[in-house]
Amino acid sequence: MIQERYLNALVLFGLIAVPLYAMATEELFTITLATRAVILALAAVGLNLALGLGGLVSFGHATFFGIGGYTMGVLAYHAQTYTALDLGLFTIEGTKSMPIIWLVAIILSSLVAVVIGMLSLRTSGVYFIMITLAFGQMFFFFTISWAAYGGEDGLSIYVRNGFPGLNTLVPIQFYGICFVILCAVLFLNARLAKSPFGLALNAARQTPMRTQTVGLDPTRLKLVAFVISGAITGLAGALFADLNRFVSPTMFSWQFSGEIMLFIILGGVGRLFGPVIGAVIFVTLEHFLGEITDFWHIYLGVILVIIVLFARGGIVGLLSGRGGGHD
Amino acid sequence: MSTVLIIEQVLNGLQFGVMLFLMAAGLTLIFGVMGLINLAHGSFYMIGAFVAAAVAAATGSFLLALIAALIAAAAAGAIVEMVVIRRLYATDHLDQVLATFALILVFSEGTRWIFGSFPLFLDIPGYLSGPVTLPGGIQYPLYRLTLIGAGLAVGLGLWALIERTRVGIQIRAGENDREMIAALGVDISKLYTLVFALGAALAGLSGALVGAIQSVQVGMGEPVLILAFVVIVIGGIGSIKGAFVGALLVGLTDTLGGIFLPQLFKLFMEQSAATNAGSAVASMSIYILMSIVLIWKPTGLFGARP
Amino acid sequence: MTDLVLETRGITKSFGALKASDSIDFDLRPGEIHAIIGPNGAGKSTLIKQISGELRPDAGQVFLAGTDVTQQTTRARARAGLGRTFQISELAMEDTVLQNAVLGALGASGSVWRFLKPVLSDAELVTRAEEALDRVGLLDARNQRTAELSHGQRRQLEVAVALTLRPKVFVMDEPMAGLGAEGSLTMTRFLDGLRSEAPILLVEHDMDAVFALADRISVLVYGRLIATGTVDEIRSNAEVREAYLGEDA
Repeated sequence: MIQERYLNALVLFGLIAVPLYAMATEELFTITLATRAVILALAAVGLNLALGLGGLVSFGHATFFGIGGYTMGVLAYHAQTYTALDLGLFTIEGTKSMPIIWLVAIILSSLVAVVIGMLSLRTSGVYFIMITLAFGQMFFFFTISWAAYGGEDGLSIYVRNGFPGLNTLVPIQFYGICFVILCAVLFLNARLAKSPFGLALNAARQTPMRTQTVGLDPTRLKLVAFVISGAITGLAGALFADLNRFVSPTMFSWQFSGEIMLFIILGGVGRLFGPVIGAVIFVTLEHFLGEITDFWHIYLGVILVIIVLFARGGIVGLLSGRGGGHD
Repeated sequence: MSTVLIIEQVLNGLQFGVMLFLMAAGLTLIFGVMGLINLAHGSFYMIGAFVAAAVAAATGSFLLALIAALIAAAAAGAIVEMVVIRRLYATDHLDQVLATFALILVFSEGTRWIFGSFPLFLDIPGYLSGPVTLPGGIQYPLYRLTLIGAGLAVGLGLWALIERTRVGIQIRAGENDREMIAALGVDISKLYTLVFALGAALAGLSGALVGAIQSVQVGMGEPVLILAFVVIVIGGIGSIKGAFVGALLVGLTDTLGGIFLPQLFKLFMEQSAATNAGSAVASMSIYILMSIVLIWKPTGLFGARP
Repeated sequence: MTDLVLETRGITKSFGALKASDSIDFDLRPGEIHAIIGPNGAGKSTLIKQISGELRPDAGQVFLAGTDVTQQTTRARARAGLGRTFQISELAMEDTVLQNAVLGALGASGSVWRFLKPVLSDAELVTRAEEALDRVGLLDARNQRTAELSHGQRRQLEVAVALTLRPKVFVMDEPMAGLGAEGSLTMTRFLDGLRSEAPILLVEHDMDAVFALADRISVLVYGRLIATGTVDEIRSNAEVREAYLGEDA
């Protein structure tokens, strides 16, 4: 058994050491894999805030991932074609600057999360799962028929966007950006979980009635959690688009919503590093099992069923000897 | 736009809706009785289609193919229920979503492993192919008409089963009070396996029937599954009546929206923009429908209050 | 009449054909413990839920310190000074005892929209929570997970969370349920002292506790209040004896 914080430190160490080693040995593909893992982890950390702390089983977080992705895609597309983006009342220039893209991605994802959250939180349980799924599908089908930005085929961006002072085309530098963002978000997440808001949100999940009788509004608490959660996943979407230099409607697909949920349960629901460990394991399995057999999803499926049935609390729960992160 | 076209599209919508109902009925029954949300339901649809295609290819008999599809889907359902699903009844929805999501991976890749990645084809039998002339001189494919009829007949049979038989009484009791039904001396785990297998069989039948007008391929179950979820959420989860109404609503909205929304948009937009915008909104229309229903009635049209 | 802390006028609530509350007039005066007794299914919990705002009455009004709160939410009533405890513990089971108490203090302070500073470093909230825990005798257990508490300790924590709100009125749904003889006695002594801070509406099955504590008792049978009076009046009321207390009272 390992204490959870040592396990977390070990994960962080691995996320620093492996890419550095890969750089030294010039295994660039490993760095790309690590970047992918870190970005997917970030998306899942976002979802975990709504799911683990707020108890909101959102089956539509691909919505925010896709919005982040398309924010990058649309802004960079206008920059690379030197066309202005016509918004009716005014036009704006595209941009190739990552910080601006991130900011816009965060703002747009938050706005959409406010609307989806306000509507979805009228329901609960299975209905909440399904209505969030439906919103994701809405965006999925919308982008498929959105011919201006590639429709079903998606949109390619030829050069990775820039970050002041760094060369983002060097894999390890782009990895560094993603890793620092992940660490920053994890730090904020840890603070948030212990904050007054975190305490109240935790209570709103476990005992909404009690939360009301002390004068707090569980729905509003959950809405704020949902919005923060959507913003983080949206930021991850923007990074993911930059990693691939490509966006397509599959970023909105319900399978992706399922996958990020899967990272969380794989790692451990409500654990700070659960989603990180889940995403790392997923990407590793995808890579190595994928090399051995074309049918690696079978093994992934079986492993998942076993984890759900017999290892509640996920890998973190298993290794730290404290199962059952949620009830 | 001619009346003939409208009637044709309405029939297409009905056909789509009725097939969705076969999927949705099983889903909603399983949720109503066992409280289980089953994402792997689309896999039974796929299994039904694949088995039907394989058996039809081997024997040349469409009827045998249908029967084989029913049996195979029911058997797969029963086995999955006994091995995995019954351990999920007591867990929360999150665990159910994930475990059944994982089952999709197993089923889809397993099917790909056995049958390969290329689509199979299931032919409409000779005696059901070709058009028929409906009153008013409308030509409509006989097979699609048969689907509507078959779907309605199965729906009626399901209603009779639930309302008029002993098993039906047990199922309804199970929806209301699990302890009472155990007290009545019903073997609850057998009942659950039975309900699950029944739902799987309906999905398999639906997959086999639709397999004759679409290609049979891995992943065919998931789009239908999502639509079936939309159906039961609109209808109210647990309600067979709701599933029926919801299925027809979704079938008609999806089919008619694709035809009429672009026309509608042409009234105030130029041609190509209207076609684009119209088809964009049409592809989103059932999800918009679902959101409106849920915002208006958070537990669906016929759902019990939580 | 305006100095009534809590009052219901003609509260009526039906579930289908069942009248769970039938035109109930009830009031609570400053400094008193007013107990509601009645057989199971008499509608005691339904009445409490309408007072706390979890249920809306079909007809009638609820007044809190003279203000009509019938249309207000549970939250608004909590903020207006209603401190409620639940019959079946409504606590955050994964959290510690202290965190549960801090939740109450946080709700009362209203400063929930702070995202980065650890809540347990807020001395004011923690002091308030620890005071409440100390009063019910749970201070030593403050770092225990609530799920690990004994049944009796959870009852105490229920009361402690209500205390952190410093309410104007307590509404307590069976605080003695399942406490055992000794626990009941401790709780009885505690509630006895509490009435001077804020009056208590007490729903309780433990007749010894009710007779020891109550200034007034109301008897609820089939959704109707059939009698209200002092302990002695209720003991000697023929209708009450017949309807509820039976021969052994």
